[in-house]
Amino acid sequence: MPDPVMDRIEKEIKSHRVVLFVKGTPAAPQCGFSAATMDLFKKMKVDFHSVDIIAEPEIRATLPQVSKWPTFPQIFIDGNLVGGCDIVHEMYESGELQKLLHIA
Amino acid sequence: MMRPEEVQRILENAFPGDWVSVEDMTGTGDHFEIVVTSSVFRGKSLLEQHRVVQAALAGEMDSRIHAVKIKTRVP
Repeated sequence: MPDPVMDRIEKEIKSHRVVLFVKGTPAAPQCGFSAATMDLFKKMKVDFHSVDIIAEPEIRATLPQVSKWPTFPQIFIDGNLVGGCDIVHEMYESGELQKLLHIA
Repeated sequence: MMRPEEVQRILENAFPGDWVSVEDMTGTGDHFEIVVTSSVFRGKSLLEQHRVVQAALAGEMDSRIHAVKIKTRVP
């Protein structure tokens, strides 16, 4: 049974190499964790596509069930969930994130 | 809202015998910084390690806790 929200999520995840599901927008983040995550990718000069889950409550409700990750932000790279704010920062510190993004 | 001791107790029950630290990041009882050192994490990716901690707190997330900062370590 096709679910429009699931389809939409799948399309978003596949639309760009780096996709961030966040609260707010890059210009106006609505949560400290979302802001810190977008800042990290800006600092690395890595382009990302962001989806504002406050503006899209259906995605906010559905994505955690699909990704099996309860909180936001959620960071997807190459179609795979990498984790949340803490994980990408820890991976940045260890250099693993740069490797995953091929910028190391 | 929760006291850090309550969060600590939930995690100590979920990770018996392991080292758990909980700090109230904002003093408002809904943002916590959690560190868990457990052999349970061995061989798991960071993503999987965090999922184990999230699962332990699943009952409290959103309802009583707004956000957690998680750090996992393998002893």
